[in-house]
Amino acid sequence: MGIDRRKFLTIAGLTAASVIGRKALGDSLSVAPESNLLPEENRLIGHRWAMVVDLRKCKEQHNCTKCIDACNAVHNIPQFDNPKDEVKWIWKEHFKEAFPNQEKEYILEGLLETPITVMCNHCDNPPCVRVCPTQATWKREDGIVMMDMHRCIGCRYCVAACPYGSRSFNWRDPRPFIKEINKDYPTRTRGVVEKCNFCAERLARGQMPACVEACEEKALIFGDLEDPDSEVRALLRENFAIRRKPNLGTNPEVYYIV
Amino acid sequence: MYDAGKIIVGLIIFLVLITSPVWYNMASGKSEVVPQPKIITAEKECVMGTEYMREKHMDLLNEWRDKAVREGERIHAAPNGRKFNMSLTGTCLNCHSNKTEFCDACHNYSAVGQPYCWDCHNIPEEIK
Repeated sequence: MGIDRRKFLTIAGLTAASVIGRKALGDSLSVAPESNLLPEENRLIGHRWAMVVDLRKCKEQHNCTKCIDACNAVHNIPQFDNPKDEVKWIWKEHFKEAFPNQEKEYILEGLLETPITVMCNHCDNPPCVRVCPTQATWKREDGIVMMDMHRCIGCRYCVAACPYGSRSFNWRDPRPFIKEINKDYPTRTRGVVEKCNFCAERLARGQMPACVEACEEKALIFGDLEDPDSEVRALLRENFAIRRKPNLGTNPEVYYIV
Repeated sequence: MYDAGKIIVGLIIFLVLITSPVWYNMASGKSEVVPQPKIITAEKECVMGTEYMREKHMDLLNEWRDKAVREGERIHAAPNGRKFNMSLTGTCLNCHSNKTEFCDACHNYSAVGQPYCWDCHNIPEEIK
């Protein structure tokens, strides 16, 4: 059966359109968008940032709070007297609360009594992002779940959505409750939500997160999950690690070696 | 209405008197009071030209905010090729550390008042 004129023209037209379209698209992709911005030279670039917490090392240093102190100092986190006003980025939780679904009869001796260092899990499927009406919280391409305080209207949907309690609301003006203000990082204002940001501002300067840097025992390890040679991948290959509430399907990216 | 003429004339005189500064400024072609922001920096050039900064610094700050926080781009290249960190406290206030004499001078004049930037961003001289 031959090809009629109408069909021939259709095929010819589609072919021409696809060739031209691909060329135009290819050109626009290869040329960088006009911008007066330059990439920072020494910033750390990752494809999927993740944290590994070595609970064995944490257990040895039972009351160590170096990571928490470092985070508090760097990010101007206020210390309120009333626990209801508390603002937390990285803090300690009982094992049972951190891992409510774990079978934990005969786990490493003493671990059940060890306070577990917890923070925002920077989930692959973050419920907080889905519920935020202003997109003040969103997931970056490198997996960091970010907060934009400029855009936060304080509705606290994210606080309700986060299954890890990783988000804190500023009920009061935090400034008077910060012992020493780090001038390189803004404070927050009353009425916004805040949380751990994996030290995005430090990564941009080529530094490791403050908690990782502060931990002398190297119990906190930060790295790129998509890099097979990274330290986090090596640790996860060689050790058994658990995550918090994996059954919720949020796919948290903070791993705990037990 | 009794004494309508007197009342209307009185109203007109009142209006002219109360708006006289406006008429005076329009007639003389310049304002009696103009804000005098004080520049104390040792730097010769800003991140953009003076005219641009005078008119559009708020747009630039908004752009910086979005670039730095949302897109992770934190370096601004000035027209002369110099690179600046996109930071209100670190870059802007590093030069213009006299907020009351610099920012507030115009902001109070134009009744923009206190933008809420300072609720979170630190003013160097005010840090303990």
